[in-house]
Amino acid sequence: MTTGAKTMTLNLGPQHPATHGVLRVVLELDGETVLQATSYLGYLHTGIEKNAEDKLYYKVIPMTDRMDYLAPMSNNLGYVLAVEKLLGIEVPEKVKYARVLLTELTRLNNHLVWLGTHALDVGAMSMLLYTFRERELILDIYEAVSGQRMMSSYFRIGGLAYDLPIDLDKKVKNVLKVLPEKMLEYENLLTNNRIWIKRLTGVGTITAQQALDLSLTGPLLRSTGVNYDVRKAAPYSGYEKFDFDVPLGKNGDCYDRYLIRLEEMRQSLRIMKQALNGMPEGPYRAHVPGVVLPPKQQVLTQMEALIFHFKIITDGFKVPAGSYYQAIESPKGELGFYMVSDGSNKPYRMRVRPPSFINLQALSPMVIGRLVSDVITCIGSIDIVLGEVDR
Amino acid sequence: MGDLTYIVLIIVKVVVVYMAVITGCAYATWLERKLLGRLQHRVGPTYVGPFGLLQPIADGLKLIFKEDVIPSQAEKFILIIAPVIAFIPGFLAFAVIPIGPPIELFGYTIPLTISDLNIGILFILATTSLGVYGLALGGWSSGSKYSLLGGIRSSAQMISYEVSYGLALVPIVMIAGTLSLNEIVAQQSSVFDWYVFKNPVAFLIFWICAVAETNRLPFDMPEAESELVAGYLTEYSSMRFSMFFVGEYANMITAAAVVATVFFGGWQGPFLPGPLWLVLKVIVFMVFYIWFRATFPRLRYDQLMDLGWKVLFPLALLNVLVTGIILYLF
Repeated sequence: MTTGAKTMTLNLGPQHPATHGVLRVVLELDGETVLQATSYLGYLHTGIEKNAEDKLYYKVIPMTDRMDYLAPMSNNLGYVLAVEKLLGIEVPEKVKYARVLLTELTRLNNHLVWLGTHALDVGAMSMLLYTFRERELILDIYEAVSGQRMMSSYFRIGGLAYDLPIDLDKKVKNVLKVLPEKMLEYENLLTNNRIWIKRLTGVGTITAQQALDLSLTGPLLRSTGVNYDVRKAAPYSGYEKFDFDVPLGKNGDCYDRYLIRLEEMRQSLRIMKQALNGMPEGPYRAHVPGVVLPPKQQVLTQMEALIFHFKIITDGFKVPAGSYYQAIESPKGELGFYMVSDGSNKPYRMRVRPPSFINLQALSPMVIGRLVSDVITCIGSIDIVLGEVDR
Repeated sequence: MGDLTYIVLIIVKVVVVYMAVITGCAYATWLERKLLGRLQHRVGPTYVGPFGLLQPIADGLKLIFKEDVIPSQAEKFILIIAPVIAFIPGFLAFAVIPIGPPIELFGYTIPLTISDLNIGILFILATTSLGVYGLALGGWSSGSKYSLLGGIRSSAQMISYEVSYGLALVPIVMIAGTLSLNEIVAQQSSVFDWYVFKNPVAFLIFWICAVAETNRLPFDMPEAESELVAGYLTEYSSMRFSMFFVGEYANMITAAAVVATVFFGGWQGPFLPGPLWLVLKVIVFMVFYIWFRATFPRLRYDQLMDLGWKVLFPLALLNVLVTGIILYLF
């Protein structure tokens, strides 16, 4: 492939408008053709996994938000499910439905940001502002349930932080109504746009075998036609009760991934509708004295509840020794939490399987032999968040 | 008309046109920000002056007072003259564009064009293509790899579009039988005589090439802010940066004015005075530029070359051939 002429080394990032944070890719270029692409990570390393070993179990939750900050609820869910499994807690039905509703909302949030930034990378700058306009509706719901727009930290071990707000119904219905219309508008701008198709089809192609070898997950894997979705393969939080399809691609290129993510957004809306309609009445926390906080009313009136409250807040709770791996389908792929407990009130080890990090491996096989522009398209199409890559 | 009066008149016309174009550039940025804002669900500038109308002046002042950074790796001399090279051609082309009908003033008949060159179209093609030197040299001399890539891209792009840009005008010259813009305008006295109706293919090719020539989306390869940071502009700051910008907008205005003059009857139009018609037509095409920017994704470098050499170039040649045959037969 080399022409005998000297090649040029181009340092793409860590400060670059299109690397979605602080990704640094060192490209070996022949003209504009990429000969080699090496990713360098660690510019956003926060040591979340190590930090978790020094925190009470419930204090880890806010840190998980900071990994994939576009999908905070998914991270919360993965963590609390793993700890609940270690503790053997079964949460009430309402909690399961609320968690499904909110994580699907998170998927919408993530995919909206992805669509906007990906389109911006390819040059269609208006999309970013359109998708952020719709994202506002979702952030409003985050704010309504948790008081926070981005770092929601809403899920708790054994339930939710607070009960669902009264007007959640109205707000979610608004999203269900507005988003399909707006998605048609996005599609009008992009799906059949000749330039958009030209930029994405045949770019960043990976085969099913390559994807499996690199253990890719999420839309990246499904774009090659492999049907693997954790929600179907190993249902959690009551996903087996919901009716939805898993969109699959054929070519494994950026355009397939674009179509898949759009379809996933529609399926998320479908799941949200079912979750909203089927939302049962009941408590928003499991009744597990000593582990899950008692209701505030009881804390104010009953001695025992007050003691439990004090104990949990100051000293946490002990988790039986053992280990468990809980995987969930985050918007970016399989997000796994491997928790090891030594029987104390702090995790012995927390290991996260970050989909962004593992999917990022696909960048190099995707871009070798292609142009610099395609590198940017592929980074966008892989859908990474550096907070999660580096943790 | 005495020699002195003639010279004074030319100088006055040059100054007026120069000021008009430079004001046009400033307010083109305002129009772009305002319109782009509206298209993108924003409001654009609002704080400085009514409707943000003083924003371009504030921006200009800000850029003048910014520190002028010259990178240590740069070729200093070329780095300094590159913006000037990029800046001038856009204005040069305006010398031959007819701005209105001749006016009577103090007993003299003054033609409203700086120079009624009999090879006006050639002059425009010659000057507008000079701008690429500014971009290529600026990109190369910055000593930055992103700038270099931007510079290379811009020269490759300009060369491939220059050919079709010129060829698209050939059928019009064949129909009109003249290279003088004044005569071409004079031939389009009614809407039905507009050359856009006589040869729409030429207009389409020319307009696409004009967008590519001015490095605007979907052909903004040399800048490509998501890929090359800012392309050839990356290392520039202060006034040099703004000179590139003014140059780009001057090129846009020139391209729009050429399209209006050659295909849409120039200053000809009912009721309003000639210069106003030209300005209106230019604004319409500026709006198209901005609209493209809000709508289209960016083409890739190789796809851009494909479009230029494999689609537009043969099409332009074919257009010349077909026009020739039709002119010969009828």
